Amino acid sequence: MNRIDTLFSRLKSRGEKALMPFLTAGDPNLETTAALVAEVLRRGAHLVEIGVPYSDPIADGPVISASYTRALDRGCKLTDILNMIKKLRDDGLTAPLVTMVSYAIVHRRGVDRYLDEALAAGVDGLIVPDLPVEEAARLIERVQARDLRLIQLVTPTTPRDRAVRIARSTTGFLYYVSVAGITGERRELPSDLVENVAWLRGQTDLPIGIGFGISSPEHVHLLAPAADGLIVGSAIVRRIADGQDKPREALVREVGDFVSELAAALRPD
Amino acid sequence: MTAAVAERPLTSYPDELGRFGCFGGRFVPETLIDALNQMTAAYAEAKADPAFQSELEHHWKHYVGRPSPLFRAGRLSALVGGAEIHLKREDLNHTGAHKINNAIGQVMLAVRMGKTRIIAETGAGQHGVATATACALFGLECTIYMGEEDIRRQKLNVFNMRTMGATVVPVNAGSRTLRDATNEAMRDWMGSSRTTHYTIGSVVGPHPFPMIVRDFQSVIGREARRQAIEQIGRLPDAVVACVGGGSNAAGIFHPFVEDDAVELIGAEAGGRGPTLGEHASSLTQGSPGVLHGSLSYVLQDDEGQTSAVHSLSAGLDYPGVGPEHSFWKETGRVRYEAITDAEALEAYYSLARREGILPALESSHAVAQGMKEAARLGKGRALVVCLSGRGDKDAYEIARLRGEPLV
Repeated sequence: MNRIDTLFSRLKSRGEKALMPFLTAGDPNLETTAALVAEVLRRGAHLVEIGVPYSDPIADGPVISASYTRALDRGCKLTDILNMIKKLRDDGLTAPLVTMVSYAIVHRRGVDRYLDEALAAGVDGLIVPDLPVEEAARLIERVQARDLRLIQLVTPTTPRDRAVRIARSTTGFLYYVSVAGITGERRELPSDLVENVAWLRGQTDLPIGIGFGISSPEHVHLLAPAADGLIVGSAIVRRIADGQDKPREALVREVGDFVSELAAALRPD
Repeated sequence: MTAAVAERPLTSYPDELGRFGCFGGRFVPETLIDALNQMTAAYAEAKADPAFQSELEHHWKHYVGRPSPLFRAGRLSALVGGAEIHLKREDLNHTGAHKINNAIGQVMLAVRMGKTRIIAETGAGQHGVATATACALFGLECTIYMGEEDIRRQKLNVFNMRTMGATVVPVNAGSRTLRDATNEAMRDWMGSSRTTHYTIGSVVGPHPFPMIVRDFQSVIGREARRQAIEQIGRLPDAVVACVGGGSNAAGIFHPFVEDDAVELIGAEAGGRGPTLGEHASSLTQGSPGVLHGSLSYVLQDDEGQTSAVHSLSAGLDYPGVGPEHSFWKETGRVRYEAITDAEALEAYYSLARREGILPALESSHAVAQGMKEAARLGKGRALVVCLSGRGDKDAYEIARLRGEPLV
């Protein structure tokens, strides 16, 4: 059974929610990324989204874009990222891992080759943020032929009939984008967010994860009842950006402390 | 990648998914899909609406100054000593380039859709100026994204955009050129599409942009075809245009694509030479990939990361190209060649001295290619070169390169 499916069914039976941090691979380097993956899981995260750096990420705000630029400037390559994941698996890591990857990179590698290599490394699923459902047919078919999941996105600008169509071809979990816009921390989240997720919940049996803009334990606490999982990206990546010059142990501990706060906020009062 | 074969007449593309053979499509975040669908529907209505078309033609005639002349460049032709070169004078349009044809069309479409704000990316600044102009004309708020390197190279256009009331936002990411400005404009649109129309400036981006921009620019080719028949007495033997994103080329080529006897030739920026990073020749040196929302030829590395590019000309300094050009390349309908910085500069001086016309550096690539084609075709033949823009904006950069800075 796929690790993503196992995770959500286990959490559901316990009435718990998933914390899903996002980390940019290779920022500041892959050794630190590997240490961060292990640390966030130790601190209460359930699944890690690993961002594959891309030169032109149009869905990403300044924090994640800059992290991609830093990683690429330091020579981060896809093969090295997959080797890092393989090593984490060899060391006994059992939590689900998902790559967030632009279709530009998947296409260049070749769809089948990308999926085979990711699967062999121990990846459980992928999010391709620039591949809308119309363009995804081929990828969906190839993903379904393997023990992989394709997590697709529904946004506040997605019409309802389209959201249902997206849900039908999604596997693993459905990613609800909280705001119409790019990734990045936000002070306020939209007032109709909980309502929109509740509607979506009535349309699909898939677990629903909410992401984009979730930046604090307060947000996590507020949204946890509405979703099956929460994704926190920029708020973590910004801490890594700020801690670039710190010793690895200090940076990893600092990010771990923040994830502990988020994990604590996940629990109901 | 299997070679694209045209299964239908070339003018019938794209299909409903925005595909030109295997190229095109929509590779953008879900957040933008609804806005793209709305635009596709609004454009189909506008295209079929005689009132929209007649208003557009009114603005093209009375505001832009269309039709632009087709000018027989006798002394330039004599210099080459081959075929007769005719220049399609888009440089004589209001704002000095072909970009205004599309900017007015798209801003009219935005008004029709009830949008109140316009955003755009610009490289050389010609599309930025055209968009700022159209926004002033229609009374819409305007924000232009422009790379810092291009702002340095194109100060005059930046000054003019601001004078017309546009906000020019400097982009300091990446190479600080057109590609980065396009990323920023798309990011803005991710959060603003309910009120804002993104007036993309070339035949690039997700469907329906490549189709809409091509359609608005096709006025160039329709006029040139008619003018050639009137003035030369027949269709030209060849049509030449420069290709960055490829909008003036798509506009002049499209009405000729089913005229099998007319050779179509696109001139890309060959920069300082064929080493990756030294040029912007996506079609002649790149490979199929995804950039800025469509599948097309891209200059990229083995991992799918977009490569650095170089061109003397800010308007051609772009690592991608419109998907229809990729399709025309794969079907063999259009031949694409690279013109180096040095060749473009030489053509710039030739046209200035032989005809008293200062071409934009972008258009100088087409002039250089046109001179080569004229020599190859020989006497008794005729070709049309799209002179897509005028060179005023480039005077500062050329003077600087000559070591005689103007400011």
